[in-house]
Amino acid sequence: MSETVKPSSLASIAATKSARTPGSAPLGTGLEARNLHAWFGKNHVLSDISLDFVAGTVTALIGPSGCGKSTFIRTLNRMHEFIPTAAMAGQVLLDGKDIYAAGVDVTKIRLRVGMVFQKPNPFPSMTIGENVLSGLKLAQLKRSNKEDLMEECLVRAGLWNEVKDRLNAQGGSLSGGQQQRLCIARSLAVKPDVLLMDEPCSALDPGSTLRIEETIRELSKTMTIIIVTHNMQQAARISDYTAFFLADGHAGVMVEVGPTSEIFARPKDQRTENYVTGRFG
Amino acid sequence: MSISETTKIAIPEPREISTVPRFSDRVFRVVVSLGGISSLVILGAIAFFLGIRGFDVLSNTGIKFITQYEWYSAINTDGTAGEQASTFGIGAMLVGTIITALIAVAIGVPIAVASALYLNFYAPTAVRGFLVSVIDLMAAFPSILFGLWGFNVLMPGGEYWAKLLHKYLSFVPLFDVSAPVFSRSPFIAGVVLAIMTIPIITSVSREVFSQTPLDRIQAAYALGATKWSMIRAVVLPFGSSGIVGGAMLGLGRAMGETVAVFTVLNIVFQANFQILLGAGGNVASLIILKFGEASGEEINALMAAGLILFLLTLLVNTVADLIVNRSGRKGR
Repeated sequence: MSETVKPSSLASIAATKSARTPGSAPLGTGLEARNLHAWFGKNHVLSDISLDFVAGTVTALIGPSGCGKSTFIRTLNRMHEFIPTAAMAGQVLLDGKDIYAAGVDVTKIRLRVGMVFQKPNPFPSMTIGENVLSGLKLAQLKRSNKEDLMEECLVRAGLWNEVKDRLNAQGGSLSGGQQQRLCIARSLAVKPDVLLMDEPCSALDPGSTLRIEETIRELSKTMTIIIVTHNMQQAARISDYTAFFLADGHAGVMVEVGPTSEIFARPKDQRTENYVTGRFG
Repeated sequence: MSISETTKIAIPEPREISTVPRFSDRVFRVVVSLGGISSLVILGAIAFFLGIRGFDVLSNTGIKFITQYEWYSAINTDGTAGEQASTFGIGAMLVGTIITALIAVAIGVPIAVASALYLNFYAPTAVRGFLVSVIDLMAAFPSILFGLWGFNVLMPGGEYWAKLLHKYLSFVPLFDVSAPVFSRSPFIAGVVLAIMTIPIITSVSREVFSQTPLDRIQAAYALGATKWSMIRAVVLPFGSSGIVGGAMLGLGRAMGETVAVFTVLNIVFQANFQILLGAGGNVASLIILKFGEASGEEINALMAAGLILFLLTLLVNTVADLIVNRSGRKGR
């Protein structure tokens, strides 16, 4: 690999953050995957993943392309099932209740477990303001003082100062980074407890990435965040926990999970060490 | 001296960039160009022919040709001259053309959009493939069969609905009738035309709906959308231009439809705005009604009627393009 990162530098980035221990932040809602498997047709893509996401923390999922990270987070809010041949086994527990249980209203699950995608995808037929509030309309939620909610979400997403004078402009008129923060603001409007982010910065320039990372740190005070990233510095900068996924020609497995500083400084598994030191992937 | 003065560089003219295409490319270019131009040539030739043949009648009759309701040829079928002078006016037929086509679109578009949404978002895969081929078959179905079916099967049932509409909505001038004749009305013809235009509107809308970007659909679902709220917020804004485009294609087909209307409608030369009353006609059915026994000036008058129909269709398509270009971009 041309870009070799010294493990010590990542570890030092990870160590500069105020360390949070499990249970020290009793905010939001915990989410837990238990013995989760996933398939596309006959292709077994995820094998036996068990992961407990502590409420009020940021967990980064790292690993080479095709190891099933994105598939994994899509099982956490039941977006997985939109792919026609997709199948899964195991359980995902939100507040201890299985979100795949019969009779669960899937739209309610997605209101509590929001998602931000890799590519910014604001609704082009709506204005900036309408985009922020679109979740209310889509989920048929009634809420008074919508103006306040709109402002609150845009402030939390770090976009308010840039758009407050043009809330009636089209969402597509913003830059890529702004569009992604608009998408974050949009997911906040339905007040999720958990926010899933699938490589939210991979299409953005470093400046925009920095703004979004600040936003993520800020949001993690009030909610649980799970982020897929290919950028290991990013994982080191923003996450409390890191999970390393790997697919060695078989279904993807979770090799190791632990506090981010541990994963980057003293990985227990040789494969994790090879990956975080840039020997492959 | 400043630097900018000492190092003044001459700014050149932009170079002309050209390539010499290979021989095979030039041959292919000619072939496809001919194909592309041919439709324009054919259309132009038809308009030119209709214009030449109809010019005399149009210049003699003037604006009355499209405002006047009478159609009378002074030449009898046996070739002798009649007592009165000929009068040619297609006003009633134009009214009929527009009314039946609008009824067709008003009934057809909601059904077609619903069926396109069903096919794209609700139908199981096996059903979808089957239904799509049925709808394609329906689009290719001969119009005389629709006409016969409309006359023999739809009309008895349609009369019942027409009477119902009349009974409860006759305060609306559109649904009033001056005489209790409910069969062979523009309403029935409009329903037949609606059935004929549904396949084309369905397939155009379906095509556009299926191009809705997946990331927007997923974004909506990730925000807790139900299928219907997702369709309303994402698919319909994106597909609105397709719906308009399909509706205009349908309108064009309904306006030009001949045989089905001729079979169903009771052709009467009066402007009939009471859509439930059994009287009316459209320009195309007028042409087929009169063409067999027309001669001389009347044939030219029919050509002129054809020209007007041609121009009307052209107008509808142009307006459709304008609407699609103006409204269609917003949801993209």
